[in-house]
Amino acid sequence: MKAYETVIGLEVHVELATKSKIFCSCTTLFGGDPNTHCCPVCTGMPGTLPVLNKQVVEYAIAAGLALNCSITRRCKFDRKNYFYPDLPKAYQISQLYLPICRDGGIEIETSAGKKTVRIHEIHMEEDAGKLIHDPWEDCTLVDYNRCGVPLIEIVSEPDMRSAEEVVAYLEKLRLILQYLGVSDCKMQEGSLRADINLSVREVGAIELGTRTEMKNMNSFKAIARAIEGERKRQIELLEYGKCVVQETRRWDDNKDTSFAMRSKEDAQDYRYFPEPDLLPIEISDEWLETIRSRQPELRDDKMLRYEKEFDIPSYDASIITGSKHLADLFEETVAICKKPKEVSNWLMVETMRLLKEQEMEAEDINFSPDHLAKLIEMVDQNKINRTVAKEVFEKIFKENIDPEEYVDKHGLGMVSDDGLLRSTIEKVIADNPQSVTDYKGGKSKAMGFLVGQTMKEMKGKADPGMVNQIVKELLDK
Amino acid sequence: MKDITTMTALDLGRAIKQKEISVAEAVKAQFDIMKLRDPSYQCYITMMEEEAYTQAEEIQRRIDAGELFNSTLAGVPMAVKDNICTRGIKTTCASKILYNFVPTYDATVIEKLKQAGAIIIGKTNMDEFAMGSTTETSFLGATKNPWNTECVPGGSSGGSAAAVAAEEAFYALGSDTGGSIRQPAGYCGVTGIKPTYGTVSRYGLIAYASSLDQIGTIGRNISDCTAALEVISGHDLKDSTSVNQLNYSYREALVDDVKQLRIGIPTDYLGKGLDEEVREGILNAAQIFRNKGAIVEEFEMHGVDFAVPSYYVIACAEASSNLSRFDGVKYGYRTENYEGLQDVYKNSRSEGFGNEVKRRMMIGAFVLSSGYYDAFYNKALKVRAIINEGFQRAFEKYDIILGPTAPVTAPGLGESLSDPLKMYLSDIYTVSVNLAGLPAVSLPCGRDKKGLPIGLQLIGKHFGEKDIIRAAYSFEQAVKYERPISLTETNKETKHISSDITKGKGE
Repeated sequence: MKAYETVIGLEVHVELATKSKIFCSCTTLFGGDPNTHCCPVCTGMPGTLPVLNKQVVEYAIAAGLALNCSITRRCKFDRKNYFYPDLPKAYQISQLYLPICRDGGIEIETSAGKKTVRIHEIHMEEDAGKLIHDPWEDCTLVDYNRCGVPLIEIVSEPDMRSAEEVVAYLEKLRLILQYLGVSDCKMQEGSLRADINLSVREVGAIELGTRTEMKNMNSFKAIARAIEGERKRQIELLEYGKCVVQETRRWDDNKDTSFAMRSKEDAQDYRYFPEPDLLPIEISDEWLETIRSRQPELRDDKMLRYEKEFDIPSYDASIITGSKHLADLFEETVAICKKPKEVSNWLMVETMRLLKEQEMEAEDINFSPDHLAKLIEMVDQNKINRTVAKEVFEKIFKENIDPEEYVDKHGLGMVSDDGLLRSTIEKVIADNPQSVTDYKGGKSKAMGFLVGQTMKEMKGKADPGMVNQIVKELLDK
Repeated sequence: MKDITTMTALDLGRAIKQKEISVAEAVKAQFDIMKLRDPSYQCYITMMEEEAYTQAEEIQRRIDAGELFNSTLAGVPMAVKDNICTRGIKTTCASKILYNFVPTYDATVIEKLKQAGAIIIGKTNMDEFAMGSTTETSFLGATKNPWNTECVPGGSSGGSAAAVAAEEAFYALGSDTGGSIRQPAGYCGVTGIKPTYGTVSRYGLIAYASSLDQIGTIGRNISDCTAALEVISGHDLKDSTSVNQLNYSYREALVDDVKQLRIGIPTDYLGKGLDEEVREGILNAAQIFRNKGAIVEEFEMHGVDFAVPSYYVIACAEASSNLSRFDGVKYGYRTENYEGLQDVYKNSRSEGFGNEVKRRMMIGAFVLSSGYYDAFYNKALKVRAIINEGFQRAFEKYDIILGPTAPVTAPGLGESLSDPLKMYLSDIYTVSVNLAGLPAVSLPCGRDKKGLPIGLQLIGKHFGEKDIIRAAYSFEQAVKYERPISLTETNKETKHISSDITKGKGE
């Protein structure tokens, strides 16, 4: 078999986190009963007209700046005409001739090293509704709630060569957009959707091969599988002397395979032309500077700052900043308790363990920074020991309980009563003569056993320092 | 009792304020005439009698309570073209595809009229989706010209113009994409004004060609048109293309004074294709302006020949997109004959649209399709810019451009549709005004030997409404308004002749 290279470009649709839709004042909230988040404008009723939501432009510019694009200072909307029941005007208001952002790029890092993926353009457009098939009535119904939700489409150059690079690009993109607050980027809810343009060619070839476009992947894992599958399919075709057909394919993650949707021959002519109902958008120096000045600290800068300001290892900083939500939680907790290392430890060890155990994403963490800060204080002030603290943290993680109340209610406070500890230890020593003999015979490990037995007897609440000290004292007597 | 329906809108408004006539009386008088005459002229698609009386009660109450004292047209019955959305009232665009469409919202102009106390009495006939120059492409049948029921009233706002001429409404709203207010106003011997693009909100106007459409008013004189225009003008947050002007007080321009007003007549507006009698009428009008002290001269304007082709490319392109939403899925006509989605689309649209609309949508889809876009649509945009420039240059020298509204007077029923190309060419004097977004008014300037009215067009510069209103007002002082002859006879005698009219032979 010849050696092949895979060439991949991405079209990523991102739903913007504006409160209202792009051309009317309806809510953009996900879900809701069908056709309750719409009005005459977003359902394209006769005579209605679009009015642009300024926030959409600002979010698109913010994304463009963060992705190192040049901003088109006079951009326009165009109509993309096609018939489909989820598109009530029979045209989508989009941007073809003068997209708002052009010529950007971001750096990604994979096992193969660092590289830049160039971004061809970002354009603004409106989302379509959703078709729902009713198997009982055997009919198709339309829900227009999503109709008019603002989107940006980020079109990359064909600069990626592997699934790993694609995932790295998407992860980076997602983080940037989440940090900007322009989108929540939830693939399951469809607020981030990626179409993959993929072709293969012999290594060293200059011409690009014929590409296919793959749609309908709803997780990064599905994207990686779809790329792997499509790469193999195309190489196999070429190896058998066949041709790749330029077409759109639909990925079926359950069947782990893709199906042809439509070929280039049936490709529609969208008859784009300038949208006459909207004026061109003029982006002044002043407006652009205002948006630029509001850009938040992005992940790469934040990582460096954590290492420097909080003296946190770069690995930990990368994990914590790997989620905007986790980074926010970290900073809010540190702001309360002023113990960055402790906070980082709790997030890196216990939080990560529980996330894995519960099969959750960092975005799903739901406890308040107050409670973690309090817990850290309580350990620091010897109000509870670390064993109890772990137990309490699990409660915080799962139920967001107040650690002080919880410890009080369950009597988990640390026992430092010398008399009580001493009498308990005396009893433990009396019950375990063999360990005492072992200790006296030079087996220092035996002391650990006795300490453990004491903690057990005390239901884990004993002050571990004092227990150690008293056990040693009594044994050495 | 006073002959209410022959009054001007402003006179009726004044009489209502002075309690000489009640709103209900005005409404009743109007519906009596409508019932008498509309069978002959077919101006209306929907008459709103019940709603009109309910409105009349409310408006009367508001007037009696001292409200609406600034509203010169409060209580005056008026008509609305059926492509302007009215909440709870069918809005059909004279098309089968919208035969049952009832909007849940009012167009901005309707909201404004209601606030000003207007009594909306009905929705007027038009060419289907405003595509046509005769009101014959209406799915509901043609409107007849009140001057001669064998003739068309012009179009596409033919129902509105005929209703005003036939005294079936005191004034009316029309829409003008390529002459659709001015040309029927000209054919029916009434006055129609199309304001500068962006003056009136298009929200709720069912779009034909979005970059050209503009709502305007039709009345029996310029004062009525002006009063109505003041009501509906203004910036609208729901229409991004509407413009924020500081001063909408057009009535200030109702002054009889054209001294030193510079009026230019493009030589091409008097050339080939222009009917000799129309030409005479226009030159007479020019002389009247000269006599009143205006400076009138002919000049060469560029781009006149290119206006029609450029207009039809742009208008059809936008129409093909605007009318795509009528697909039988959510509202309007759906075919009974379908198996799948493609069938629903194809058959609903094939059965729901008339030929003229289909022709324009096909032209539009073609000029936008890949491979032809540059040759047609893009070129048309360039020509549009040239036409705009031609006007800009003309307005450096002149305050107003004068010419005919149409090259002929009203043609006979059935004459135009057989030769659409000829029909398109008859838009030569009106379409360039829409391409350039300028204001223009058409007003009657005499009649030809057949007795049909001749329309005089005055074109102003961007937001130069006041210039053309002043000129039109001055002209009116010299040329008296004429009622259609058949109407005069109807009123002189009584019910015998009016029953003739209802049979369509009111001469």
